[in-house]
Amino acid sequence: MNTIATLSKGEIGIISEESLDVIPLKLLEMGCLPGVEVELLQVAPLKDPLYICVNGSHLAIRKEMAAQIKITFNL
Amino acid sequence: MENPKPIKVALIGNPNTGKTSLFNQLTGLTQKVGNYPGVTVDKKQGTCKLSGNKTAVITDLPGTYSINPTSVDESIVLTSLLNTTDTHFPDVIVVVADIENLKRNLFLFSQVKDLEIPIVLAINMADQIERKGIFIDIETLQRELQTEIVLISARKKQGIDKVKKAIENCITVSSTQPLCSINHKIDEDYFKKLKGISDNHTLYELWLMITQNNFPDTLLPEEKKKLHEFMQDVSKVKRYQHKETIHRYKQINDILKTTYKVDQSKAKDLRGRLDRVFTHKIFGYVIFFGILLLIFQSIFDWSSGPMDFIDAQFANLGEFIKEQMNPGVLTDLITDGIIPGIGGVIIFIPQIAILFLFVAILEETGYMSRVVFLMDKIMRRYGMSGKSVIPLISGTACAIPAVMATRTISGWKERLITILVTPFTTCSARLPVYAILISLVIPDKKLLGFFSLQGFTLLSLYALGFITAMISAFLLHKTLKVKSTSFFVAEMPNYKLPSLKNVVFDVLEKTKAFVLGAGKIILAISVVLWFLASNGPQSYTDAEKNIRENAANKNIASDAIQQKIAAAKLENSYIGIMGKSIEPAIKPLGYDWKIGIALISSFAAREVFVGTLATIYSVESDDDDTSTIKERMRAEINPDTGKKRFDLPVGMSLLIFYAFAMQCMGTLAIVKRETKSWKWPMIQLFGMGALAYIASFITFTIFS
Repeated sequence: MNTIATLSKGEIGIISEESLDVIPLKLLEMGCLPGVEVELLQVAPLKDPLYICVNGSHLAIRKEMAAQIKITFNL
Repeated sequence: MENPKPIKVALIGNPNTGKTSLFNQLTGLTQKVGNYPGVTVDKKQGTCKLSGNKTAVITDLPGTYSINPTSVDESIVLTSLLNTTDTHFPDVIVVVADIENLKRNLFLFSQVKDLEIPIVLAINMADQIERKGIFIDIETLQRELQTEIVLISARKKQGIDKVKKAIENCITVSSTQPLCSINHKIDEDYFKKLKGISDNHTLYELWLMITQNNFPDTLLPEEKKKLHEFMQDVSKVKRYQHKETIHRYKQINDILKTTYKVDQSKAKDLRGRLDRVFTHKIFGYVIFFGILLLIFQSIFDWSSGPMDFIDAQFANLGEFIKEQMNPGVLTDLITDGIIPGIGGVIIFIPQIAILFLFVAILEETGYMSRVVFLMDKIMRRYGMSGKSVIPLISGTACAIPAVMATRTISGWKERLITILVTPFTTCSARLPVYAILISLVIPDKKLLGFFSLQGFTLLSLYALGFITAMISAFLLHKTLKVKSTSFFVAEMPNYKLPSLKNVVFDVLEKTKAFVLGAGKIILAISVVLWFLASNGPQSYTDAEKNIRENAANKNIASDAIQQKIAAAKLENSYIGIMGKSIEPAIKPLGYDWKIGIALISSFAAREVFVGTLATIYSVESDDDDTSTIKERMRAEINPDTGKKRFDLPVGMSLLIFYAFAMQCMGTLAIVKRETKSWKWPMIQLFGMGALAYIASFITFTIFS
């Protein structure tokens, strides 16, 4: 299963529609929505948290959260 | 000519959009910081001249990504916007947006717009349009959003007049139609029924009331009851909130599709390269600890000059007044009570200002967010969050603003632990206590030929405070049973050069808050102490007579008699009696009743220790004696041993006591307010007190 946590640095995925219910409202409000491209920019030195860019927002989220947000890839 | 009533304006925007820059440009030095009723969130207000004799009162609301609050700061925004009958309810709202991240900024805008209050959209950092390869069609955007848009560049003072003009226009002209009639599209019946509840509130207001459980006084009781019925179906409300968010973004995307474009090739800029350095697994930490060292080095180096100067000026002032005024109770009150009291507060200004300066610069530049990112995983092992780093650093200036800075931590358990351990970090109030004790008991020698032993002791005390904070955090993490859903998200803003104006205002504001807040307590205690030390029961009044009668038979110099009288008076004063009554309890730690007095008064605030000893010894000493406090302490003899009172065991024991004990009423009060219970401040008071007592006892025993 692909999630934000399985992205490698610099890779881009698309947040899948089925993730809607697991994304907290606050993250949705910051632009982290289903159907949107998400890029993993940096990984903190201890592999957590993750630094992502989604919908123009640059955000740091923890790995446990990222592992719940499923993604797909543009073929 | 009659002055019209000022227009009430509220500034709303995401964090890091330059909202505060705009506020500073609009209001300049007229700004004042007050409190919102019931909470300790700072309310920043200022006035601004508009055309003719019109003015505006501008309120800078806390930065937020949404009006659905997740923190105390953010809930202020919602409460300010829901209480339509409140005297401070805004006539006009200015939403400040950042041109680089327009989409997310418009999300907040769309929520505010739906409240149907006159609104202006100020798009900041317009000077970056070309450099960032941004295309924006303002006219179409204005039409689509039904709102006047002003392009500004707050730091370069561009467009400020246009904002003022738009505020004036907006009251009369602007449409207050809601932007997204989203709610109908989610579940038309549901929202029709909701709107039917009240005619006095807009649909979106009612929706916010049920989603946020925030009911303004304007609601009738039966309306409130009906709204509560809507709240029953929690999962439905939650699902609709999610749908609402998606819908808003969809609509914004549609609007922006034709009006706003960013040339991605130009957008890849400095940020990525800087991020790679600042969050590097080795350089990242090296840079962070380097900055910490720089901060501490500066606090000591830069502040010692001004502090000595302030110290000397207050000593001079006391002397001067003593010469000018007739001797008497009033003169004593001023020279022995009030002046040392005020001096004891003023002396901290250099250190606190320097620390706040660094924190302000680190936050302004965007670097602080990288520290949060770097430290989160490490701090989590201790039950805290990356965001706890900022309070812990601020705690080295003063725990009060540090506890308030924990508000950005969204998980309750992480926040609580941070609040509980922050008072262990060495605040600047401990510094004068450390400084004077170290210079008294630690020899002025060099370690390994170059490292000052005194400096090393001070550094060790800082380390001790920090390590204790981390160990306590770890223990609390393992033992505290607090229900908390921790959810962490931190924005990583773009790097910016700090704006001088913002930094200066920030430092001024925080320093002022410290001086006024802590200053009041310290001054009051100084006066109370002076009173307690210069008054007493019958034995106090008799003291002078007894000594004189005793001395009459012997041949004692009058100087010595004076000193004996002063000592006897102090011993029999109210404070002397208080000190004596706790002496048995503190004797195992090596302290006498005079130190006891200083300990008692330190429970109000630690820095009072030095002031108290100054007061005690100046009450005790002859009136024209203006030798410094340090000289007086050095001369103090322990009558039991005939040696110096402040020798190594006592000094070390006191250092340890002050490192651990919770001796700050200001902090206890703020912890009570932030945790909404006396339980946590009491745990701090007794837990830290017990630790201090035991550790000091052990220290005294080892060094004796």
